[in-house]
Amino acid sequence: MPAVSKGDGMRGLAVFISDIRNCKSKEAEIKRINKELANIRSKFKGDKALDGYSKKKYVCKLLFIFLLGHDIDFGHMEAVNLLSSNKYTEKQIGYLFISVLVNSNSELIRLINNAIKNDLSSRNPTFMCLALHCIANVGSREMAEAFAGEIPRILVAGDTMDSVKQSAALCLLRLYKASPDLVLMGEWTSRVVHLLNDQHMIVSSASTDLQDYTYYFVPAPWLSCKLLRLLQCYPPPEDGAVKGRLVECLETILNKAQEPPKSKKVQHSNAKNAILFEAISLIIHYDSEPNLLVRACNQLGQFLQHRETNLRYLALESMCTLASSEFSHEAVKTHIETVINALKTERDVSVRQRAADLLYAMCDRSNAKQIVAEMLSYLETADYSIREEMVLKVAILAEKYAVDYSWYVDTILNLIRIAGDYVSEEVWYRVIQIVINRDDVQGYAAKTVFEALQAPACHENMVKVGGYILGEFGNLIAGDPRSSPLVQFNLLHSKFHLCSVPTRALLLSAYIKFINLFPETKATIQEVLRSDSQIRNSDVELQQRAVEYLKLSSIASTDVLATVLEEMPPFPERESSILAKLKKKKGPGAVSVELEDGKERGELNGGADRGGEAAIAASNSTPSPSSDLLGLRSAAPVGGPAPSAGSLLVDVFSEAGSAPPSAASEDPAPPLFVCKNNGVLFENQLLQIGIKSEYRQNLGRMYLFYGNKTSVQFVSFTTTVSCPGELQSHILKCIPSLTHTKPVEPLVEGGAQVQQVINIECLTDFVDAPLLNIKFRYGGALQNITLKLPVTINKFFQPTEMAAADFFQRWKQLSQPQQEAQKIFKASHGMDTEVLKAKLLGLGTALLENVDPNPENYVCAGVIQTKIQQVGCLLRLEPNAQAQVAPPPPPTHTHTHTHLCAHALDSHTASVCPSLCGSHCITHCTHLHVITRYCIYVKDPHRVGSSKSH
Amino acid sequence: MQFMLLFSRQGKLRLQKWYVPQADKEKKKITRELVQTVLARKPKMCSFLEWRDLKVVYKRYASLYFCCAIEDQDNELITLEIIHRYVELLDKYFGSVCELDIIFNFEKAYFILDEFLLGGEAQETSKKNVLKAIEQADLLQENLDFQIRLFPAPS
Repeated sequence: MPAVSKGDGMRGLAVFISDIRNCKSKEAEIKRINKELANIRSKFKGDKALDGYSKKKYVCKLLFIFLLGHDIDFGHMEAVNLLSSNKYTEKQIGYLFISVLVNSNSELIRLINNAIKNDLSSRNPTFMCLALHCIANVGSREMAEAFAGEIPRILVAGDTMDSVKQSAALCLLRLYKASPDLVLMGEWTSRVVHLLNDQHMIVSSASTDLQDYTYYFVPAPWLSCKLLRLLQCYPPPEDGAVKGRLVECLETILNKAQEPPKSKKVQHSNAKNAILFEAISLIIHYDSEPNLLVRACNQLGQFLQHRETNLRYLALESMCTLASSEFSHEAVKTHIETVINALKTERDVSVRQRAADLLYAMCDRSNAKQIVAEMLSYLETADYSIREEMVLKVAILAEKYAVDYSWYVDTILNLIRIAGDYVSEEVWYRVIQIVINRDDVQGYAAKTVFEALQAPACHENMVKVGGYILGEFGNLIAGDPRSSPLVQFNLLHSKFHLCSVPTRALLLSAYIKFINLFPETKATIQEVLRSDSQIRNSDVELQQRAVEYLKLSSIASTDVLATVLEEMPPFPERESSILAKLKKKKGPGAVSVELEDGKERGELNGGADRGGEAAIAASNSTPSPSSDLLGLRSAAPVGGPAPSAGSLLVDVFSEAGSAPPSAASEDPAPPLFVCKNNGVLFENQLLQIGIKSEYRQNLGRMYLFYGNKTSVQFVSFTTTVSCPGELQSHILKCIPSLTHTKPVEPLVEGGAQVQQVINIECLTDFVDAPLLNIKFRYGGALQNITLKLPVTINKFFQPTEMAAADFFQRWKQLSQPQQEAQKIFKASHGMDTEVLKAKLLGLGTALLENVDPNPENYVCAGVIQTKIQQVGCLLRLEPNAQAQVAPPPPPTHTHTHTHLCAHALDSHTASVCPSLCGSHCITHCTHLHVITRYCIYVKDPHRVGSSKSH
Repeated sequence: MQFMLLFSRQGKLRLQKWYVPQADKEKKKITRELVQTVLARKPKMCSFLEWRDLKVVYKRYASLYFCCAIEDQDNELITLEIIHRYVELLDKYFGSVCELDIIFNFEKAYFILDEFLLGGEAQETSKKNVLKAIEQADLLQENLDFQIRLFPAPS
């Protein structure tokens, strides 16, 4: 027993632990434990009521037994009893037991929650802290349901002690992370944010000075990292002065890294570098300061050769992200030799893995050959655990940066030779797709596989590729007597018996293709097909192929045969299946390099002279015996090149939400939502977000539907809605609230759809739409998507009908310059009356027919409803067929509200107009002149009705 | 942070703290897998590794391994120093701490950890403040022990 016994009162426990440690065998230990369990059980069941101390001691013993790895199925009740003890130590042990051992046992949870509730309201800070710790430790949904409402209250209450506030804040964070839908921070956010200004909250409880937070000569490293992390949740500040200060801070951190260390201790350098790496993450996040990015890269470059393995590892990792920035990509490339060296010499596989990742990330056309060659040579000795991924990476780089396809073919065949076992189907499918689509490489490919097959032991994947390519393009090398048709056939067939069933099936298809390509091989091949081992093969697929091919070759005329066995048509362009596989393996975030140029891939894959559409048509119309081999894994075609510009336009402007925005529409606030309330808000390869919304007066409700398009579940799925500038002016209040039926679960299963409801209240006029942030993990990589919610000021329009006289009387009244906003748009395509009308109605105003004396014009009226005011709007749209309309001088606005509102409407009419203009193909140039006039009524909070302010 | 494990060179678990709810079975599986992985690594290797979709940060102090699983956006180096600060706290509290102290006073090791980290986040990084809080709790405990010794429960 150790000498330490600070306040230790549980002798029985110490004796028991000693006993266990003295046990000579596992059996003896189990025996001792069972004896103790029996003893505790009898004590708990006994007639005599146990005092608190004994209960505590036995509960502690149970805990110890549990920590040894044994299951504990009783004692929970006693632990719960301890919770309501008034003695601190008993309560403390009770809480410890609960937080280590409790699982969502519903009956027990109710009792525990009761005890916690009591402690939270006890006003005893030590008890409150214990309760908060327990909530955070268990962190379950049940806990969140029970306490998510209570904790914010404690956090902001004026009389809560700082230490309790601290615990409450972290506890709330824990619950928020676990069940974001249950922690409704809407109303609390601003009050919680104020806590950041509280000296004591940051520097913690009173009576301390900053000195206590200096860690090995580094001031407050944890806080610094947190704050730098916090900044990464936001876009770069728009205010130049603020931005300047931030840049200055980041520079200071980079400078400090160059200073000589204040201590030789590793703790000093770790703390200092933790801040440095966090700063570099922020620099990468901003991705807008070339100078900082390059400096960061140089700093990391120094670390690449540091004697601390940890730093080398982190530098490689961090440089990967720098490589994807256009500003630092070149700077990263200068370290190529060091990284290659790391790949060769690092003794830790996890560091080598990082080096391989970095090589992949820094690869471009200029260094692709070198990097691919290094990766290939590394593959020969690479650890098994990372071979498959390396193979995929080599295959992708070779394809992406191939300038000449013979290099590509060589690389892939090398890949199969070196690491055949790790070459997945996707890789060899891909090389075949590319050879088929590129006629300039077919002859070379045939020659190369023919040579590769000469090796006495070649990998089965090589046989597959060889069989397929010779079956298609063997004729291109048949002129050479050394690779005459029969030689080719014999070579292939010599591998046949060593191969698995699927490969044999492929070879049989190659043989029938040979019969078509080389009539002189017909007799030999028919002989093979006719042999018992083929035609009576026990495998149904092989037997069927043998029988059918034999029959086909005997009865079909040469013409029919030539048609059936025609050369494979080019494959339709689609996302590289290898890329899809790597994404699946690492999560899409990890392969960000790919995004940069789908164009190059298309060029390589599509072939110069064969259109994509033709390829699809051809492949549909020519079923081939082996057409099922490829294209099984077809990923959906990438959004890349649009089918044709015309049809796309029609899609975008069509009424229903049937047209998903194109892949590039991550750019927020698609204009098409200005005039409609339903549709697809966002779509990429993983996720689709549908939207349905309804508005009444100044209130709105928005239904969001999140659909998982993959077959893999999304984990840690959270969504948050925030309003830009909310803290200053509360422009728009969004309270994300959830339907009772389907809250957003942190897990979204593959193919599943979850729903979320957002209630919206328009407080006053606004310009910026609220932001929706979606975070989830897909295959390990964190996905982070931020979208603008399509909430625009016109959603709160209430249409107003009025007669012509009325309209023009009001129109004239609103003649002050600040009451008017004008905009002139050029109609790029022309316009259609009905479409225009629909758009104007979609805007939310009433379209007043027969009001304007000029039938060409459109006039509308409506009232924008906000909580504090109403804005009456009259709108007049004057199409002008004459091309040259000079825009009027911009109106000067004096009144803030008008200004804001005019601005808002301006920007929205602006976004309406392209859709107004783009609808149909009238060729003559038309200008649209939109004039809006406003008057603002401020609502009297106490009276219904309104009074005019202008 | 998702969880913290303390285990010996023999692979015996000394302390486990889970900051994200997991089923018991899953906890056992994770522990087994991770203990094996970490013990298999050589001394000079780096302290970080990718494991499932988490980052694992570990460090060995004498016979004990301290091992934390953190998330993608968390900082590895600062986590390494969280481990170190925890070791410092244990050391200060027990006075040159050894594995035995943690075995016999496992509940104290938990209390100190709870004082330092909450829900996987550093709550109080000042050594002085954490120790002060623990001492206050001990004071409460000692008063209580005094009572018990005065009126011993019939055993």
